[in-house]
Parts: sequence; C-alpha cells; structure tokens
Amino acid sequence: MFNLEGKKALVTGATGGIGASIAKTLHAAGAEVAISGTRAEKLEELKAELGDRVHVIAANLSDRASVDQLAKDAADAMGGVDILVNNAGITKDNLAMRMKEDEWDSVMQVNLESSFRLIKALMRGMMKSRWGRVVNITSVVGVTGNPGQANYCASKAGMIGMSKALAAELASRGITVNCVAPGFIGTPMTDVLSDDQKAAITSGIPSGDLGEPEDIASAVLYLASPEAKYVTGQTLHVNGGLAMI
Amino acid sequence: MSEIADKVKKIVVEHLGVDEDKVTDTASFIDDLGADSLDTVELVMAFEEEFGIEIPDDAAEKIQTVKDAIDFISANS
Repeated sequence: MFNLEGKKALVTGATGGIGASIAKTLHAAGAEVAISGTRAEKLEELKAELGDRVHVIAANLSDRASVDQLAKDAADAMGGVDILVNNAGITKDNLAMRMKEDEWDSVMQVNLESSFRLIKALMRGMMKSRWGRVVNITSVVGVTGNPGQANYCASKAGMIGMSKALAAELASRGITVNCVAPGFIGTPMTDVLSDDQKAAITSGIPSGDLGEPEDIASAVLYLASPEAKYVTGQTLHVNGGLAMI
Repeated sequence: MSEIADKVKKIVVEHLGVDEDKVTDTASFIDDLGADSLDTVELVMAFEEEFGIEIPDDAAEKIQTVKDAIDFISANS
C-alpha cells in the first residue's frame, strides 16, 4: 500500500514543519523528492537527513519567474514530476480595516497564484504520462473563515475552488487534484506558545490536542498514492474534529 | 500527399484512436473525430513536439480541422 517507488515528487515549502514532514513521508514511501523553499540552508539539512533521491531547489514563490524556473528545474532534475505538493504558504494577518494592499497581494501570490503556475507548468508532463497527483495544502480557515485573515482565508478557499476545476479538467487523464486542510498543527511556530495559550486553543478541539505534521503528511501520502486514483476534487480535513465539514 | 500532412494524420490517428480513413482534410477534431477540448490541447502539444515549433494560444484556437493543422504547420515550420 502507498508505494511511491519510481515516482517523482515536488514539495514546496519543505523547510516548514509540515512541508519537511511531507517530504520525509513521500521519500520514505520510495519517491524521488525535489524540495523547495526560501531557506537553502534548511533544505540542505533536510537533504543530508534523507540521503539519496533528494534534490534541493531554492525558489521564491512571490516571484513569477522564480516559480516558472522552479517547475523547470524540478522536471529537469528528476526527468519529470508525477506528484506536486503545493505546501508553501505565508500569512500576513491584519484586520480588514487595516490590511495593506501588499499584505493582500503577497499572500494571494505565494499561496494561490504560485500553486496555479506550478500546476500549469507541470500538467503537460502528467497528461502525457497519463498519471499525476496534485495535493494542495489549504487550511480549515479557508472553509470556516477567521478574523484577521481575510487574505489568507481567501487564498486557501481559492485553492479549494481551483482544485475542483482542475480535477474536472484532468480526471480523464489519470491526474487527480485534491486538497488537505490542516487544523491546528504543532510546528516550530506553535512551540513558542505558552501552556495557557495552547490550552485555550485545544479546548475547542474535540480530540483535545494539536495535530502533528505527520498527521498531515499521512493524508498527503494517501492522496499521492496509486490507491487514491478514484479520489479527486476533494478536501480532506485533518483537524481533530475542530470543524466537521 | 505532403510529408507534413502524413505526419499530422498519423498523430491524429494515434491520439484520438480513430480510423485512418476518417481523418480527411476537412474533418473537424471535435465534430467529426470525437475529440474533447482537452484532446485538442494535447493534439497541439503533439504537433509542437513532432515539428519542433511553437503554436501560440490564439493560433491553436483556430486549428479545428485536419487541414487547419496542416496549413499552420506548413506555413510555420
């Protein structure tokens, strides 16, 4: 089950807690993995940890030319891309009344537009091979909304709509496009919270705890696997019961 | 028949899985040969590769019949 030997995967945002876990999980399942991010040093560390079948490609997803180059470099390095995981994302939280234009633009650019550009650049190869998996990492707040995150929620909801449209376009070619929507996941970002703060967050989660990056990576592994061939256009919520949608 | 026309028809036969005798010059990919819109995109991709040319989107939209393809490729390769 879930064997990815011979498959080539590109994971964006691989320096983050969730992205690194996704890269490790796909790699452990046998995939050749291209890891991308803005911090080259962190990427090299991850590569050293994983060993062979790993390619490091630094990229700046807020720059269109850099996104296009990333798609090309990943395909060149591995001889194609079968699995694309659009995991990279940023937040620029602010109340709508105070939100600056560039806070809106940069979040939409990195979270939503770069995902589309990568898919567009890589779908040709997937169409030809009649096999492809696209997994977009969205968020529970893309469905529920969250104050102070109009830009982030819009970008994540946009990913879900985009994924459905692409799923319909590409299903006949053996390509599936799905989303994984994490809830609260413990990462270096949440490690700095106090116990009281964590308690306040987890009190609203039926499972009573934060998720782990591996919980998200496992969902990605399933959707990327040959076994998930009949699942497309879906959003898999991984949130401990925080929102049941 | 020209070499280009031969190659174009061969690609159409392979991609759409239709009988060779149905691939006439005037045959429309969508109306006569059962292609969907994604098939037409793939055909253009295949033409680009076979003939080493780039077919811009606005030109690709106008390629609706076998003859359209042959004419465009003949004029641009």
